[in-house]
Amino acid sequence: MFELLKARILHGYQAIPDPLKAKINQAFPGVPRLSAGADLAALAKCCPVNAISDSGLDLGRCIFCGKCQRLDPEAVSFEADFRLAADSREKLIIRPGQQDYPETSIQTRLPRQFRRSFALRNVSAAGCNACELELGACSNVNFDMGRYGIEVVASPRHADALILTGPISQNMEAALYSTWDAIPGPRFLILSGACAISGGIFAESDKIRRSFASKLTVTLYIPGCPAHPLSIIHGLVTLMRGR
Amino acid sequence: MTNPSCLELPARLNSVAFFEQIRKLCQNGYSPMTLFGSKNRQLFCLLHQGAELKLLNGDFPSTLSFPSLSPQFPSFQILERELYEEQGLVPIGHPWLKPVRHPRGDIYEGYEFFASQSSALHEVGVGPVHAGVIEPGHFRFTCRGEIVEYLEIQLGYQHRGIIRIFEQDDIRDKVSLAECIAGDTAIGHALAYCGIVEALTATPPLGVRIRIIALELERIAMHLAVLSALAGDVAYLLGQNLLAALRTEVINTTLSICGSRFGKRWLCPGGVNYGIPMALAQGIVSNLKKTQNRIRLSCEAMLSEPSVLSRFDDTGKVTAPIASEYGFTGIVAKAAGLKLDSRVDFPLYPQIDFIPCTECSGDVYARAQLRYLEIMQSFDILFMLLKEPLDTKPLSQKPKEIKPDSLAISIVEGYRGRILHLAKTAGDGSTEFYRIVDPSLVNWQALAIAVRGEGISDFPLCNKSFDLSYCGSDL
Ligand code: SF4
Ligand code: SF4
Repeated sequence: MFELLKARILHGYQAIPDPLKAKINQAFPGVPRLSAGADLAALAKCCPVNAISDSGLDLGRCIFCGKCQRLDPEAVSFEADFRLAADSREKLIIRPGQQDYPETSIQTRLPRQFRRSFALRNVSAAGCNACELELGACSNVNFDMGRYGIEVVASPRHADALILTGPISQNMEAALYSTWDAIPGPRFLILSGACAISGGIFAESDKIRRSFASKLTVTLYIPGCPAHPLSIIHGLVTLMRGR
Repeated sequence: MTNPSCLELPARLNSVAFFEQIRKLCQNGYSPMTLFGSKNRQLFCLLHQGAELKLLNGDFPSTLSFPSLSPQFPSFQILERELYEEQGLVPIGHPWLKPVRHPRGDIYEGYEFFASQSSALHEVGVGPVHAGVIEPGHFRFTCRGEIVEYLEIQLGYQHRGIIRIFEQDDIRDKVSLAECIAGDTAIGHALAYCGIVEALTATPPLGVRIRIIALELERIAMHLAVLSALAGDVAYLLGQNLLAALRTEVINTTLSICGSRFGKRWLCPGGVNYGIPMALAQGIVSNLKKTQNRIRLSCEAMLSEPSVLSRFDDTGKVTAPIASEYGFTGIVAKAAGLKLDSRVDFPLYPQIDFIPCTECSGDVYARAQLRYLEIMQSFDILFMLLKEPLDTKPLSQKPKEIKPDSLAISIVEGYRGRILHLAKTAGDGSTEFYRIVDPSLVNWQALAIAVRGEGISDFPLCNKSFDLSYCGSDL
């Protein structure tokens, strides 16, 4: 009994006051910056997921392993900025010299009725479970995304959106389609984590089936490996209410 | 043996002698760690008795079948099913040769779940998509009223074909992949993988103490996640929230060192990518001391709360004889009283004088209490290691050339239990095979056994107390 009281008192108030403006530890690799003269060919060679090409660094593929930055810290840096989400696949490509990310990364707005309430149904499809743990953490006392009216619901019948984690295995494909079909319209698709967006580290596997994610219209992409709870909350809230 | 290390390849036996030898070893107290076939039609089996390892190598049986070991030694049940699925070798007399991962797709096609004709029983099917934010798997309960008579677990939904990706290209470049075998055990698996590369290239790693810190931080964080979820499952909401917030503090510590809350990008073959500067180490110690104290208060309160105990006590039992018969490892085995901990038998850092924690009742309570004890023990290890400077440069050295025709094994005690990686190179240095054995693979059977006779409403609680990995076993 006394232990519990003491634990409760020491616990204090844990919620992050404003997750949208939270300060994240400097060690966190968030929004990348490529220098204007970066040697993209050399960087491309070191990247384990082919995230770097002539056009720039693809946040939809990047697993934030830091290899490129360690190879050439002048050419690539990652700011401690968790505002990584975007509303189109093209916007996720960071060009050399580009400084304006994330200013215009999310311009889509959900219809008015979703401004204060947004129910998500997660389908976990063959990732590594870190994206699931981070999505779960969004509802804990620290991040508390319930304060924005966002909740994760059990039944797809109660959901407004499907938030997919994982690259989609052959064995999960049918269940994913059934869950999507069970969500009443209007419904939205959100991809969380490199796996869901591009197949991530598993993109080359012959056990992965990408048709679901490539055929349907995606409303929000949340990069990361895993996507950080603050990135998830920032993306969702911006989609709901604008910045 | 030193861990990790390269093992001498034993003389190749014909298939009859191979299985006979396994049988003999098992009669003498050995238990299997893995059994598999390679692309050039050879069989491998690794067994152990305590710290004693035995590797066997044999030919494929020309009949493509062999007498099953499972009826006599149930610890082979899943290993033989894997072998059948991957190589088409039939274990004749296997009690139930059901699919493991469905590598050929169509998860339900042609498969009959266990069913009873009795009108007193009914079935409940759950998954693959579950109510919460968790990985997919299918559970089929056969119940008498509220009581579970039988549970069949059918997994395979997380099968990503990881092994194939490991076997392609240069084995030295796969650390990011190893971190994604199971993200909740990113450190455990990455460490096991790094060990393989270091053994195959004869590169002694730097930053070993930092690696141990990483591993123990992961253990603390994930045990807290489980304890928090257990509290939630019995509606002890204060405990759920306190422990979740404490886990946040631990994983944010990991983030402050390497940038990832799961310790991804921290390790690399040959060492570590990120050190711990003295100033940071001091800050971490003083924060973690406070965290440890709050964990102690929260856990002591929770694990003596009557309403919690009435749900935890005697629920979901796995006894010691069952655990050793089935070859369960990690938390499941230790909670049943078996002193099985790779940190003793295959230490990565022998300088630590380590006595594994155990419990004896084998129920949900034992697994919860054991997690709490292990958390406290991991803190002791952390504080000991964090006393000395940890960012001496360089932090890693580049792995050297890969030795051809070598077989390496690497063992790590992850928070769930024993993680085993095994790899063999071919004559040209390419990877002939890579094997990953997460403790979950064998331990799923423990859950199926534990829920028999329990109320179906206790299933979430039992399930969480084991906290097994789906992707770690479906690979
Ligand atoms: S940080 Fe991203 S872009 Fe850089 S190497 Fe890693 S995955 Fe590639
Ligand atoms: S994106 Fe990364 S963290 Fe998320 S499921 Fe995939 S591998 Fe895991």
